[in-house]
Amino acid sequence: MPFQWFVALRYLRDEKGQTALILAAVSVGVSVVVFLSALINGLQSSLIDSTLGSQPHITLRSPREEPRPLVEAGDGLAIARLIQPASQRLRSIDQWPAVMARVERAGGVTAASATVTGSGVATRADARVPVVIRGVDGDRFLAIIDLRAKMTDGSFDISGGRVVIGSTLASDLGIGVGDKLRVASTEGIEDVVTVSGVFALGNEAVDKTWVVTSLRHAQSLIALPGCATTIERQVNDVFAADRIADGIFAQTGLTADSWMDLNAELLSGLSAQSSSKTMIQFFVVVTVTLGIASVLIVSVVQKSREIGILRAVGTPARRVLAVFLIQGGVLGVIGSILGSVLGVVFARLFERMTSDPNGVPRFPVQVDLALLAGSILLATGVGLIAALIPARRAARLDPSAAIRSG
Amino acid sequence: MAESILSVEQVVRDYGEHVRTRALAGVDLGLERGELAALIGPSGSGKSTLLNIVGLLDRPTSGRVVLAGTDTSGLNDRALTELRARTLGFVFQFHHLLPAFTAVENVMLPAWADRGAPTREMRERALAILEAVGLSDRASYKTSDLSGGQQQRVAIARALAHRPALVLADEPTGNLDTASADEVFDLMRRFNAELGTTFLVVTHDPRIADRCQRVIEIVDGRISSDQRRS
Repeated sequence: MPFQWFVALRYLRDEKGQTALILAAVSVGVSVVVFLSALINGLQSSLIDSTLGSQPHITLRSPREEPRPLVEAGDGLAIARLIQPASQRLRSIDQWPAVMARVERAGGVTAASATVTGSGVATRADARVPVVIRGVDGDRFLAIIDLRAKMTDGSFDISGGRVVIGSTLASDLGIGVGDKLRVASTEGIEDVVTVSGVFALGNEAVDKTWVVTSLRHAQSLIALPGCATTIERQVNDVFAADRIADGIFAQTGLTADSWMDLNAELLSGLSAQSSSKTMIQFFVVVTVTLGIASVLIVSVVQKSREIGILRAVGTPARRVLAVFLIQGGVLGVIGSILGSVLGVVFARLFERMTSDPNGVPRFPVQVDLALLAGSILLATGVGLIAALIPARRAARLDPSAAIRSG
Repeated sequence: MAESILSVEQVVRDYGEHVRTRALAGVDLGLERGELAALIGPSGSGKSTLLNIVGLLDRPTSGRVVLAGTDTSGLNDRALTELRARTLGFVFQFHHLLPAFTAVENVMLPAWADRGAPTREMRERALAILEAVGLSDRASYKTSDLSGGQQQRVAIARALAHRPALVLADEPTGNLDTASADEVFDLMRRFNAELGTTFLVVTHDPRIADRCQRVIEIVDGRISSDQRRS
């Protein structure tokens, strides 16, 4: 074994108490980082999943209508104008099949679907409830919001005047699968439809108002035959949605809203969480560095006579330096491996302890292998850096003075 | 004429920056191969300073030290370390073994530290020399489990394992009872006679000094007497 490894490992083994103490400190520090990261990552991805479960990543609709003056100024003509904002009416996306084809070909898109969305009122006996009429294109829409997986009753069948409705809406109206329902749009068109299924997405606004039917049926209810008011799409990287939306706006002039625009508060919450995670990691790194450094500094002082002897009998300064760097690195590696194991165990225990009685975790944790590898690399680097000052001090010891002081 | 192992020429060593203290005031000293010399003198006379300079652990303020044919004045720290590792052996007063290591590991350390990786030859030589000092049955003991005399014998084995040209011993028997002291000194005499290793022994003990072929006395940083006996 190379001299510096032999001496470093022997010193670590010989000072069992010190080594155990600092390994405990490093592994507790690393386990806190691993545990917290797993918890925060898990919370964030489950929050994002539940948010995106009931809305598309990007929604395209017609641009807002702007008031257009009838007379232009020019040729020495000045005009005083009083401009009122234009009232926004439900409009189709211009040439939507062409836009659709274009959107589908764009990079990063996993699904796209044209839909018709309008407002209306659902009536059942004496109950009258405002609803959102959603005309969708069956399978394409399911790739964006998987209603089929969220059915609590009946099945997803929207053919021939059948509809599926939200669970809260169903209970508000007191209806279930097979019951009939009168739906009137704000355009004044009415139809009686049959409920084929009830879904629960977990988003109250959706579960309370949505009446989902076929594209064609909704087009006739809203009096926009052959039209589509929105195109909804999914992308690979959900956090790139706002950039992709900006790109679509630049290309087509359509209003493109990403889920990030619509959930700004959620996102700022997530980013606050991420930065608190970064802060905790930073302080743990500082603590671990100081811990390793202080143990090694004490060790250099304790061993200064021995270091002096090693130097006197002909040990090159660079090998003395290496002895202490190796100790720092080894403490970092072993401490962080122990800490990672500990952190994963904590995370799993926490997940199990906070699960609801059905065993479904309330706080799902997400252990990321890259995170573990990163922690181990980081702790090793930290160990080396922490060892740098003590190691240089050891290498610069004056052997004659060190021996005399013993 | 015998081969010169050490030549100290006009060595001066001052300490302190503002108030200068002269520890060595122009020392000239030569040692030839195979000599066993005692260096005596009262406390504060400059014995340890001279030993540190000869041992390349300290540099003279002026003058030069030629060790085994190498002029050391122009060497950098790295070259001095290497020269120390290959031509010098040290025996310190308080044996100065490394307590975390076994006897045989302590004996191997100088060569191991110099070459980087251990070889079978290093180990065999270390075991052979431990046998020569009568400790072959203690080779795998931690040195903290050995008696004072045994520890000093391990220290002598360590100083001799790599066959140095010159062994420097600083009060090698200072901490031992007379029986152990005799044992340790007899070992040095034996290696001197059998291997022809040159020794420079700093000592307070007149019984040791009397048994050396040459006694050098240093007083106030100068050599005051230098006697050879046949």
